[in-house]
Amino acid sequence: MKRGRIAFQGAIHQVTQAADGRVRLADGRLLNETEVQWLPPVVPGAVFALGLNYADHARELAFKAPEVPLAFLKGPNAIVGHRAVTRRPADATYMHYECELAVVIGKTGRNVARAEAMDMVAGYTVANDYAIRDYLENYYRPNLRVKNRDGCTPLGPWLVDRDDIADPMALKLTTRVNGKTTQQGTTADMIFDIPTLIEYLSSFMTLNPGDIILTGTPEGLADVRAGDVIETEVEGVCCLISTIVDDAGYFANLQQKAGIA
Amino acid sequence: MIEQKVSGTVYGVVLNDHASLRKIGSEVLAGAPYKGAPKAPAMYIKPANTRVACGSAVELPAGASAVEVGASVGLLMGRAAGRLSRAEALDAVAGIVLAADLSLPHASYYRPAIREKCFDASLPIGSVKPLVDLAGLVIVTEIDGEVVDERSLADLVRDPVQLLVDVTEFMTLAEGDLLLVGVAYMAPQAIAGSQVRISAAGLGSLQFSITGARA
Repeated sequence: MKRGRIAFQGAIHQVTQAADGRVRLADGRLLNETEVQWLPPVVPGAVFALGLNYADHARELAFKAPEVPLAFLKGPNAIVGHRAVTRRPADATYMHYECELAVVIGKTGRNVARAEAMDMVAGYTVANDYAIRDYLENYYRPNLRVKNRDGCTPLGPWLVDRDDIADPMALKLTTRVNGKTTQQGTTADMIFDIPTLIEYLSSFMTLNPGDIILTGTPEGLADVRAGDVIETEVEGVCCLISTIVDDAGYFANLQQKAGIA
Repeated sequence: MIEQKVSGTVYGVVLNDHASLRKIGSEVLAGAPYKGAPKAPAMYIKPANTRVACGSAVELPAGASAVEVGASVGLLMGRAAGRLSRAEALDAVAGIVLAADLSLPHASYYRPAIREKCFDASLPIGSVKPLVDLAGLVIVTEIDGEVVDERSLADLVRDPVQLLVDVTEFMTLAEGDLLLVGVAYMAPQAIAGSQVRISAAGLGSLQFSITGARA
């Protein structure tokens, strides 16, 4: 089953995907996906992201593959839903998307062995972990100013039940910018696979329901500009759409209000 | 008025005091891998599993023999705060807490220190107090009754107001989030059996103990 969260007519709804692809509210109402305001499919707990977890991407960035997972954290401010906008600040010269399989934790666990790790997984969704490389600094790199900006990590639209994905380690990842394919890869190329990541993280901290692991991105980064529509898709999971806006577009409402005042 | 508590995300910053910058050294900061002193606040996140109350017994992670005790104070946000100006920054702060940011000792700040900083119970925090004048606040760390560190917030590179301004320039803090104003580089270490006490005038004290890792 595919589950989502939306805002519709003044309330937050847990929804499912109907057979025809439409959004189904619990009371049976069916809506087109463009009629609703998408929220992240889960209220995020701790959000982990993996750097350099695909060998080709590590090479692309001129790093050798890490020996232990290179994990970093995000705050909830970074997470936005499907069909949201992400801001490219005026001084950015290189802002790129990162298509990632996101693993949503469904249970509390500590010291989870690899063999039991998949029991911890509630399901999967898709993330686009934008980065603005102009702001990279070599302190706790990738630093929060690059990776924890407001709205820089779209997530969703659907949370797909774990058991609906036969092999999460063999899924195609694709990014399209304005309809043109720019990034392709497969989760088979992850350096640290999902069970290894769960075993590693739970070896020193308790994982909880709602925690999310963004498992990294393959090669194929490209600069994105205001107006670009970015689709990040993981085969069998879902396709996440996000639009880049400039400062004027992002703060437009604010400026309009100021103009009226 | 709703009673304020730490309910959101905890953010911290390193190298935000002149003593720490001197200790790590300008030559080190200029060389690889840092290639220059930090420009934006050098931040990290302490997730929810790290928070424990005063009086807790903190278990060392497996394989660890000591933890750094990064004494600090945290600014508790009373409302959502984005792109704050200096003039309004402190209006967004509902209160202040003493905090002990515990870390496995790590001399390098190059890569995110998740294993070192995010183990369970690695952030004892005190009760929420009304905001006091932080300009000259002195935070005292005692281990087993001995004063091992005293640091004054007068030594901060970014004072609490500037830190709020520079952090909220790119990320909105939510009501209930906590922003730690900085920890010392290579802070004093506590070991299994240590009783730790952090205190500051007007903020009372925060106490906890360290216990050995379970076999």
